[in-house]
Amino acid sequence: MADQDVLRAPNVVEYPFSRTTGPVIGAFFTALREGFIVGIVARDGTVIVPPVEYDPHTSESLTELVEVGDTGEVRSWAWVGEPLDGQPLGRPFAYALIKLDGADTPMVHAVDTGGDPSKISTGMRVRAKWLPAKPAGASEEEQTDPKGAVRTYREGHILDIECFVPGGQA
Amino acid sequence: MSDIQLPERLEGVEPVRSIRTFASLTYQYTPGRAASRFLKEVERKRLVGQRCPVCKKVYVPPRGSCPTDGVATEEEVELGHTGTIVSFCVVNVPFMANLMEIPYVGALIQLDGSDIPIMHLIQEVPYDEVHMGMRVEAVWVPDGEISHTLESIKYFRPNGEPDAPYDSYKENA
Ligand SMILES: [Zn+2]
Repeated sequence: MADQDVLRAPNVVEYPFSRTTGPVIGAFFTALREGFIVGIVARDGTVIVPPVEYDPHTSESLTELVEVGDTGEVRSWAWVGEPLDGQPLGRPFAYALIKLDGADTPMVHAVDTGGDPSKISTGMRVRAKWLPAKPAGASEEEQTDPKGAVRTYREGHILDIECFVPGGQA
Repeated sequence: MSDIQLPERLEGVEPVRSIRTFASLTYQYTPGRAASRFLKEVERKRLVGQRCPVCKKVYVPPRGSCPTDGVATEEEVELGHTGTIVSFCVVNVPFMANLMEIPYVGALIQLDGSDIPIMHLIQEVPYDEVHMGMRVEAVWVPDGEISHTLESIKYFRPNGEPDAPYDSYKENA
């Protein structure tokens, strides 16, 4: 029997998970929905973004959330030449470690340079490109599709920042 | 939670408590050679199992071998479009992407001429009248819609015959 006699079909398995965020990460997402970014003050006074619930050195609970900037500096980056489904951008982009102004630790996000890898470098300034706020009265359906593949408005998700783009004064 | 100090702009703002983390896994499924043959016969509105040369059991959908005897099952056997309910489940829980109105009945149906049951939907009968031994028949989708999937059978419904004797399906009950 030749192999062309064997059938094949796509089989897609989907899980509509949601996960609870807790008070600290929840505040980070709440801030994203409101259009700004928060970090948390560690025991040694450094500001960690995204915020963590426990101090990385002493393990004590951390409680002091503070606003940081939505501009910053690329600390390191990796080029994604062929984006996959589910990644933040549909064209080539960089995943970068971005140290936001007012933060002491860098955060991972996508940087869009128009598909051009020569336009990103360590040390360059970037700024967040935000989705618009959800207008009053917008339905859940309008807000985003259930899979989260198409986002229209900010809803409390890391991709409320569509990506970072070059620019942003220090 | 009460000891968290929020920046001013977050005070009095409805907090985010959960995020959606949808996961999707895309596979390419192949049923293998034996079940492919079965599904291609379904496309021709035929149900064809395979008989074990040792124990003589007829498997449907065939997997190409007998799990008891460890031998290939090459003899094909055409089965009836009628069968006997050997077990069933009344489903009362709706779940995502489920298009059925609850309650509905899923059943294991031993097709006439076969020795193991297939799972399918029972319709055209009140759920509380479904029982073991009930005789049922396949209701196919319109001819133009038949393809190589068991969804080509819309459901099974009672065919009015008297209940099958217990001995005829007790091995699968
Ligand atoms: Zn056998």
